[in-house]
Amino acid sequence: MSTAVASTAAPTASEPSFYAGSSRQGVLSWLLTTDHKRIALLYLGSMLTFFLVGMTIGVFMRLEHLTMGPTIMKPTTYNALFTLHGVIMIFLFVIPGLPAVFGNFLLPIMIGAKDVAFPRLNLLSWYLFMAGATIAITSLFTGGGPPDTGWSFYVPYSVTTGTNVTMAVLGAFVIGFSSILTGINFITTIHRLRAKGMNWMRMPLFPWALYATAWVQVLATPILGITLLLVVLERVFGLGIFNPAIGGDPILYQHLFWTYSHPAVYIMIIPAMGAISEIIPTFAHRTIFGYKAIVLSSMGIAGLGSLVWAHHMFTSGMSETSIIIFSLLTFLVAIPSAIKIFNWVATLYKGSIELKAPMLFALGFIFLFSIGGLTGLFQGALAVNMHIHDTYFIVGHFHYVMFGGTGMAFFAALHYWYPKMFGRMYKERTAVVAWVHIFVGFNMLYFTMLVLGMQGMPRRYYDHLPGFHLGHLVATVGSWILVAGLLLMIMNLVRGLFRKVEVPANPWGGVTLEWMVASPPPVENFDVLPVITEAPYTFNPVSEEKAK
Amino acid sequence: MSASVENHDAGPPAAEQPAGQHSAGEHRDYIGAKLGMWIFIFTELILFGGLFVAYGMYRSMHPHEFHHAAGELNVVLGVINTLVLLTSSLTMVLSIVAIRLKRKTQSMIFLASTMVLGCVFLVNKFFEWKAKIHHGLYPGSEHLMARPPGERLFFGLYYGMTGLHGLHVTVGLVVMAIMLVLLRRDKIRHDDFIKLENAGLYWHLVDVIWIFLLPLFYLAA
Repeated sequence: MSTAVASTAAPTASEPSFYAGSSRQGVLSWLLTTDHKRIALLYLGSMLTFFLVGMTIGVFMRLEHLTMGPTIMKPTTYNALFTLHGVIMIFLFVIPGLPAVFGNFLLPIMIGAKDVAFPRLNLLSWYLFMAGATIAITSLFTGGGPPDTGWSFYVPYSVTTGTNVTMAVLGAFVIGFSSILTGINFITTIHRLRAKGMNWMRMPLFPWALYATAWVQVLATPILGITLLLVVLERVFGLGIFNPAIGGDPILYQHLFWTYSHPAVYIMIIPAMGAISEIIPTFAHRTIFGYKAIVLSSMGIAGLGSLVWAHHMFTSGMSETSIIIFSLLTFLVAIPSAIKIFNWVATLYKGSIELKAPMLFALGFIFLFSIGGLTGLFQGALAVNMHIHDTYFIVGHFHYVMFGGTGMAFFAALHYWYPKMFGRMYKERTAVVAWVHIFVGFNMLYFTMLVLGMQGMPRRYYDHLPGFHLGHLVATVGSWILVAGLLLMIMNLVRGLFRKVEVPANPWGGVTLEWMVASPPPVENFDVLPVITEAPYTFNPVSEEKAK
Repeated sequence: MSASVENHDAGPPAAEQPAGQHSAGEHRDYIGAKLGMWIFIFTELILFGGLFVAYGMYRSMHPHEFHHAAGELNVVLGVINTLVLLTSSLTMVLSIVAIRLKRKTQSMIFLASTMVLGCVFLVNKFFEWKAKIHHGLYPGSEHLMARPPGERLFFGLYYGMTGLHGLHVTVGLVVMAIMLVLLRRDKIRHDDFIKLENAGLYWHLVDVIWIFLLPLFYLAA
């Protein structure tokens, strides 16, 4: 689009960056800001903190499996830890991650707007997110102790356990509300604030992915809201809707829970795919292959993904007919996902590929997400599902999707847009070394889990039988390598903030609108709103030359 | 966009104006504001949708017990409350019409009437619940636990759904109180009434949900 935007050809060097240009000073300029870029950084700071906490808990869980029998904790502690690990990672990092951080920072810029449609609502969303997180974390230290139900809060145990489930669930409810408001904001922004000339088929793929995600957020999250609310009412007033002792049906809870929580998997993965769709063409210096197919598959995943929830419940008790239907739908959802993978790979074909850190993370995403997606199909198949249900295979699978997929895409996006967000640069070499560690450690940890699961190791056990020991040992060592890589990566990114390196507006040779503004962008993003005259990802010979 | 507008102390605002719809009058994007509100209303419908699903499932499992339990509810009070809410939706619309015709006082009176009617609804609801609880019909009570499961679920759903609805009425009242202040301070005017209109949409949503609750609980006998 570089050639299309005549009016903003020269980056707006005269305007101060959004770090400098605020009417308020100090902390208040952040806490009371309605600038989407500042809000994005608020999210980034809080989420990386939660990620480190969740990661530490994960390391402790792996340490417990280093030896047989109790290693460093009691079984009840282990139960609390896997609940916390799940709640923190899912509700505080993976679900809101890419939309809240990169969506907030980049969506308005990429569609050529000065801010989101409802800037104050945007700030409110962050406060709700933090309030929910605070409530969830407070639940650990108050009431009957940390919840031990697993992140899925299954009834009837979540209703009968004496631990502080009520508060944790309320926390998740509030975070859900924040997610809904962000979704509403993004949908309205995309509908109303696209730059002149940017019709739907000229919109870059990351905004498209955010659009699909926002609809899932808006349509699925209320169901989680009412479900969690009913758990609270059940615990406080004993309404009986989910309680078999009163006449209710726990299976109804599972249906309602997964009606949200399976689409939530797509809330996690669609924006990740969007980010990858931005990174791959930039580093292949080539137009994205099959733009329309990627757009349609985003919407297809959002639509189909909302209809597959009961595949989490094949062993819970359902009619044969519904099991077969849900199995079929589950297979169908693999089609749009595969379309994207083929498109990315086809984009690389005959491209001039530059293996910079963001690209490595992006390629890591494609590899790991493919494994995650394919192991998901195993579980869609009924006979296999019965065998591997509730084993480490499931744990391995969803870590491949959520961490190998969304996590890697998050890091890829972080490395890709880092110079834009901060106007600084990390050390490329260190980033690559960190990536190697992450990639190796990741596969050692989670591929071993897939094998363990096939052998029959059940999930959520604090101990294991001798036959599983070798696998657990390998996985735990893998977790150390992974964590070493993650810490190195974060250190490199933090240290990059203090390196005095001048970063140009467009260090990678990207062609979407965010590379047309200064790094970091000025307060209002654009001096003059751009006018779009052609499709995105148009790499003309000139810009390709500049990139090299 | 308020913050960024403030930041624009140096720039000539006159030059900004013709740049397009999203420069100075960011808050005036009526379609955008309404779009956002409508999507929010969808989410509210889905929130209640979960409860309607539960109702549908349990009613199909225990049709006779639901039928029997519904006989315990006071149809007269239910219908009165329905009329109260429907009237309040009318006054809400009248309030919006009035401000569009630049009749500020009239608009405030209509809005206040809407609030009064909303309060009447809640008071009615309070006495209804009080009578039920007095008769030992509340979740977990001995009296209710002695009844068959379908009736227990009916009352569980009754309290859950009317309770959540009542909560929405309360939120609506708070929103309207804010609108009243905004009207008074001329923040809502004949040429800028989207906030009032959105508050109206929310109030109609509360009304519509009640219209479904009435037959499901009161008229199911």
